[in-house]
Amino acid sequence: MHPAFSVVFFTTATGAGYGLLALLGVLAAQGFVPPDFWLGLVGMGLALGLISAGLLSSAGHLGRPERAWRAFSQWRSSWLSREGVASVATFVPAGLFAIGWVFLGRTEGWVAVAGLLAAIGAVATVCTTGMIYASLKPIAQWHSRFTLPGYLIFSAMSGSVLLNALLQGFALGSTILLAGCTLLTSLGWGWKVATWRYNDRLEIPTNANTATGLAGGTVRSVEWPHTEENYLLKEMGFRIARKHNARLRQITQVLAFALPVLLLIAAFTLRWPYAALLSALAAIAQFAGMLVERWLFFAEAKHTVTLYYGR
Amino acid sequence: MTHGPLLGANSAPSQRSLADTRAPDEGDGVDTSPVVSDSIAKTTCYMCACRCGIDVHIKDGKVRYINGNKDHPVNRGVLCGKGSAGIMQHYSPARLKKPLLRTGPRGSGEFREIEWEEAFSIATERLSKVRRTDPKKLAFFTGRDQSQSLTGWWASQFGTPNFAAHGGFCSVNMAAGGLYTIGGSFWEFGEPDWDNTKYFMLFGVAEDHDSNPIKIGLGKLKARGAKVVSINPCRTGYNAIADDWIGIRPGTDGLFVFALIHELLKAGRVDLDYLLRYTNAHVLVIQEPNAADDGLFARDIGGNPLAWDRVARVSVSATDNGAKPALTGNFQVDGRRCVPVFQLVADRYLQESYSPDAVAERCGVAADTIRRIAAELAHVAFEQAIELPVAWTDWAGRRHETIKGRPVSMHAMRGISAHSNGFHSCRAIHLLQVLLGTVDVPGGFRFKPPYPRSAPPGPKPAGKDVRPMTSLEGMPLGFVCGPDDLLVDDAGTPIRIDKAYSWDAPLAAHGLMHTVIRNAWAGDPYKIDTLFMYMSNMAWNSSMNTVETMAMLTDMDASGEYKIPFIIYSDAYYSETVPFADLVLPDTTYLERHDCISLLDRPISHADGPGDAIRYPVVEPDRDVRPFQTVLIELGARLGLPGFIDDDGSVKYRDYADYIVNHERTPGVGPLAGWRGKDGTSIGKGEANPDQLQRYIDNGGFWHHDFADDQRYYKMANRSYLDFAENMGFIPKAEPIVFQLYSEPMQRFRLAARGHGRVRPPEAERDRIETYMDPLPFWYAPFEEAAVDLEKYPLHALTQRPMHMYHSWGSQNAWLRQITSQNRLFVHNRTAAGLGLVDDDWVWIESINGKVKGQIKLVDGVNADTVWTWNAIGKRRGSWGLKDDAAESNRGFLLNHIIGDQTSADANGKCYSNSDPVTGQAAWFDLRVRIVKCAAEEGGFTEPQFERFRQPPHFEPSPDKLSFGAEFRRKREAARS
Amino acid sequence: MTCLPAHTDKKLGLVIDLDTCVGCQACVTACKEWNTGGHMAPLTDIDPYGGDVDGVWFNRVHSYEHMTEMGGRTVNFPRSCLHCETPACVTVCPTGASYKRASDGIVLVDEDKCIGCKLCSWACPYGAREFDTDVGVMKKCTLCVDRIYNDNLAEEDRVPACVAACPTSARHFGDLGDPASAISQLVAERGGVDLMPELGYRPTNKYLPPRAHTQRAASVPAPALEPVRAEGGFLGWVDRMLSH
Repeated sequence: MHPAFSVVFFTTATGAGYGLLALLGVLAAQGFVPPDFWLGLVGMGLALGLISAGLLSSAGHLGRPERAWRAFSQWRSSWLSREGVASVATFVPAGLFAIGWVFLGRTEGWVAVAGLLAAIGAVATVCTTGMIYASLKPIAQWHSRFTLPGYLIFSAMSGSVLLNALLQGFALGSTILLAGCTLLTSLGWGWKVATWRYNDRLEIPTNANTATGLAGGTVRSVEWPHTEENYLLKEMGFRIARKHNARLRQITQVLAFALPVLLLIAAFTLRWPYAALLSALAAIAQFAGMLVERWLFFAEAKHTVTLYYGR
Repeated sequence: MTHGPLLGANSAPSQRSLADTRAPDEGDGVDTSPVVSDSIAKTTCYMCACRCGIDVHIKDGKVRYINGNKDHPVNRGVLCGKGSAGIMQHYSPARLKKPLLRTGPRGSGEFREIEWEEAFSIATERLSKVRRTDPKKLAFFTGRDQSQSLTGWWASQFGTPNFAAHGGFCSVNMAAGGLYTIGGSFWEFGEPDWDNTKYFMLFGVAEDHDSNPIKIGLGKLKARGAKVVSINPCRTGYNAIADDWIGIRPGTDGLFVFALIHELLKAGRVDLDYLLRYTNAHVLVIQEPNAADDGLFARDIGGNPLAWDRVARVSVSATDNGAKPALTGNFQVDGRRCVPVFQLVADRYLQESYSPDAVAERCGVAADTIRRIAAELAHVAFEQAIELPVAWTDWAGRRHETIKGRPVSMHAMRGISAHSNGFHSCRAIHLLQVLLGTVDVPGGFRFKPPYPRSAPPGPKPAGKDVRPMTSLEGMPLGFVCGPDDLLVDDAGTPIRIDKAYSWDAPLAAHGLMHTVIRNAWAGDPYKIDTLFMYMSNMAWNSSMNTVETMAMLTDMDASGEYKIPFIIYSDAYYSETVPFADLVLPDTTYLERHDCISLLDRPISHADGPGDAIRYPVVEPDRDVRPFQTVLIELGARLGLPGFIDDDGSVKYRDYADYIVNHERTPGVGPLAGWRGKDGTSIGKGEANPDQLQRYIDNGGFWHHDFADDQRYYKMANRSYLDFAENMGFIPKAEPIVFQLYSEPMQRFRLAARGHGRVRPPEAERDRIETYMDPLPFWYAPFEEAAVDLEKYPLHALTQRPMHMYHSWGSQNAWLRQITSQNRLFVHNRTAAGLGLVDDDWVWIESINGKVKGQIKLVDGVNADTVWTWNAIGKRRGSWGLKDDAAESNRGFLLNHIIGDQTSADANGKCYSNSDPVTGQAAWFDLRVRIVKCAAEEGGFTEPQFERFRQPPHFEPSPDKLSFGAEFRRKREAARS
Repeated sequence: MTCLPAHTDKKLGLVIDLDTCVGCQACVTACKEWNTGGHMAPLTDIDPYGGDVDGVWFNRVHSYEHMTEMGGRTVNFPRSCLHCETPACVTVCPTGASYKRASDGIVLVDEDKCIGCKLCSWACPYGAREFDTDVGVMKKCTLCVDRIYNDNLAEEDRVPACVAACPTSARHFGDLGDPASAISQLVAERGGVDLMPELGYRPTNKYLPPRAHTQRAASVPAPALEPVRAEGGFLGWVDRMLSH
């Protein structure tokens, strides 16, 4: 699949944003986070900013963005529509929660309820995003039991690493949070490696024989319908060279997982501002790493239409 | 349940409209009944040589849609990929807009626009001087012309013998091979009996002529389960659906066929009765070496060929019905040894050298496969013979209660034709058909009227006596019957610029357009003044040795004059040849013009009846262009050519339409056969009918006559058909047409080579004539193959046009070019592996003539010693309205660059055209190559590259986007709301 | 409305005979030509005369080599929308632009509702969806919905443009939901198959596979030829035959 930057950025940014929103909502409502103006402003700004930037980026992917409102109508059948509904719906409690926290300086009562609802909305939205991909049968690498948990884990992971960086920045860091995001990053790492292993060994029943109905033997493409690349090939025929693939997986592992884990462990032993600095670096590295991971998520996904083109 | 009327080719129950075509009440607002067009014009397609009937839907003065005409005898409603893309051809941005006069150097593309009046006066001044001095200094060659009965006649009236269309580099071997053997040919002048055949052999056919009829026919065979055998080095197109694909080595088809004949003869599986009735198998051939008539037919004093009566033991007229002619043996007639033709046939093809085992390796076909095919042919021909319950009467008045048929049919085309041994290979296939008794019988190969004609047909080429201000005594192209008919002077020098009908190419029935540029440039046999061409891309894909050809077009002598002094060219598009012209006459598209698809030329007949058709303007040109034929008629009148002006000097024909209706070639016979006579009730012969074109238009653009049931088969000997043919003027006299297994005209050339007769070849030509003018077909290695080091050039290289472009003028077509804008060289997997090549590699393709670079694709479906590519995809930068980055001029390549236009010098230092020695047919497919992987930095782009052509004045850059059809929808929706 | 109809009155579709298709591209340009002025007009071509040419086509013909123990065969393969019974391209559509008609089963796009998210093209395993970058919406085969019911066309012309044009008669059209229909019987007789049945989209269109060499009605049971058994060999045989 073609790794369009708009979509790569969208899923990465909203994943992190919803993760952070969910954690802020839950933790603030539980009173684990002080109702501080600046903390609220930066925290909610970051979460909602990432979400909004991601959503705007995804709208940029549309052929007719001015009609985007129509996408809320088909929630009964379409995960994309559900994602649209969930993402917009989440803005309501998230907005109230942000107002309560930032401007009213409170995180209890209705603000806490709004925070919890925002967290639920965030999780739901990430689920719908994951399901958009997981439901696509033509792409075996996506249509797998790894996809939905992956989206949830990476959202929680990048959200927690961001939250840690945020709290560390305000000198509010805690070893529990550090431990939590180190564990989540390790979990994410493990999940990604397991996903790759699974995909690499995937035996896909769909092949050029079933695609053409020509049973037995081998089916080899001799001539394309058109000698130049068309929409199908540009959108779904993306190919990545094996060596690039391996290199990018290494980069993903280093940036998204290994480096953040090392930085976070180091942060255990350091005080503010050094712990904050390392935490911020961990968040930045991870975000960059997740962009690479998401790029690979697309680039390594093979659509069945490529079978018709001998790719 | 009621279905719509059963019309057209695709009318199986599973191809009809729904039982109830009322739109369901879906409520989704879809307009299921949009108005398609304001009017429908039924005319004739010109996207290739097939001449299908088309319905052109006109909406708001624009062409909305083109579909096949269901009533049309050629395509019966279907339409090929080219025909359906006609809209893009018609609206091409490469269309010329106005007459052009060259301002820059030749080949640069620098022109200025001129008015038609100026164009006419330049041409008239130039050509009238030529006509006043030496008319043959005009070389008029008309490419893929569908109006040769006009253009040839124009040349004849002008007085130049130097006329031909593109047949010499297309398929003259097919035409001549057939016409000299059975008086008809494959090509588009005959067709398999699709409804009755049970076994169909297809030799060397790509999507050549007759494309939709063949496809419709193949569909029928498939539906019926008849067997299709293809003999072709490439497993593409039709060959892909064959039940048996025989991936033969190029140029060995003749040998393969001889092995089949060998097997059939050996097993006694030939139709002796058919041979006796319809062929010259029993005719006696004089066997007196050294005599002046050795190898000619023994004749009576009336000139009738003789046969030997086995019972009476005397010679008798070969056409004597009551005789019992011998087919074998040695006889003395008037003290001279004679043998029947069939004895010679048997003697030759029973030789071990023609056995399957002997030819298998050379053909690349297993001997067992050859034996199996021979057995299958025999089985179907003799054990599965069919009979139609229709009584008919033969030429001799014998009544037959049924029509008997042997359901084996064959078709052959360019793969046979485009070799230097193509004429004999084609004759070989006809010989096989005749031996099996399958020509014009139910289930066999059938003639399309006006064929069959005598073998060869009557008129001889005119041009022996070229004089100023004098018309030729006949048409420039015809059929020679011996050396006396050649167009050579007393020294043996060719009279024609293309050397047709000379010792180089005695039976050159279509001329040799591919030699004209070289010969005119070299002044061999003489210098010309003006080269006048129409619709043929001679500076690119229609020439061999393209690079040198372009150089010849621009070469100057010491005084700075072009060696070819003046070039006039007519084309509708900015093709690669236009920039080489001095004067450009812009033609219309096929939807803006009149044309006639005439029985005098290449009609639309099928085996069940003759037909012809017209084109007429269905949209008005939006540019200052004129139909070439109308321009030619006006030029003829301005030159004062006889036939183009009346006695009082006034213009005889207003335009082509006027000519089509009012011209009479012989009394009562004009370009169109339908609705003749003042009241339009005659066919074939009759007075001009002023309403004729309207009658054609009213009938869907064509006329077609259906034969009575008893006229449909055995046309070569069918009394009822022959009478009809005579009445129509197809044949001079209702006499039987005798198939010529043994070709006496060819033997006459051999005798000349042996020193007999008045017209004899120069010493240096004698061996060549002796060898190749063999009266019985034989096989020899294609010339290039015989001349090059096969170790060094181990591969055969072929080209074929893709089906969606075959014979299509201008592949800049925005839709068709998307299907193929880069051609690959297809290489067999094993061959590639041996060379260390993988898919997508860039390679140099090298021949003795040069090298060209392209990208390869590995395949299984090709003869392993053969590589091939799609032809004419490569385009020169600046032509056809293509942008500079178009794949056609960056990655597409033209194999023509490495196909030599001449043979290597022989022992006498003479180079011949790279052509068949009998007909002069261009030997495109003799090419031998090697392929070499490119260095890494050489990959990704083709070579050689050429300078970009300048664009003519007022040429807009081609659009970046095409939204064709959006306007129809906008108007439709506006009208709805 | 992108929920699928529980039932369609008809299942209109195409049947493509791979045993007969010669790959001539007639259906391809006939489709382009009709539809570029039809219901989904235009079928935009970007850079039509340049190096990055890319157009919208509803029907594309591939060419394959199918290698089995029986040898190789070249197969030309037209590919277009299969008008599936459970088309995910419809259900994934967030706007209701994609829909399957309850009356005849044709899968269509309502261009006015399409936001150009391209998800339907991801959901279609067959590559049937074609994005028009110029208009920003998804387009696709309409099964010539503006021909098959068109009162302005002669009744016999109310078939999809590709079926009408096909010169080898390799394309068929009809109601595949009616087992008694000619097209359903053709499928039954020739063993028509679904493409990618394992994905469960239940395509309506069927493909008739090339007949295997052994199954071809065309094989000729010809005994091997034997040399004539006559005195004097072949020439002796000729004499004997003529004397009869």
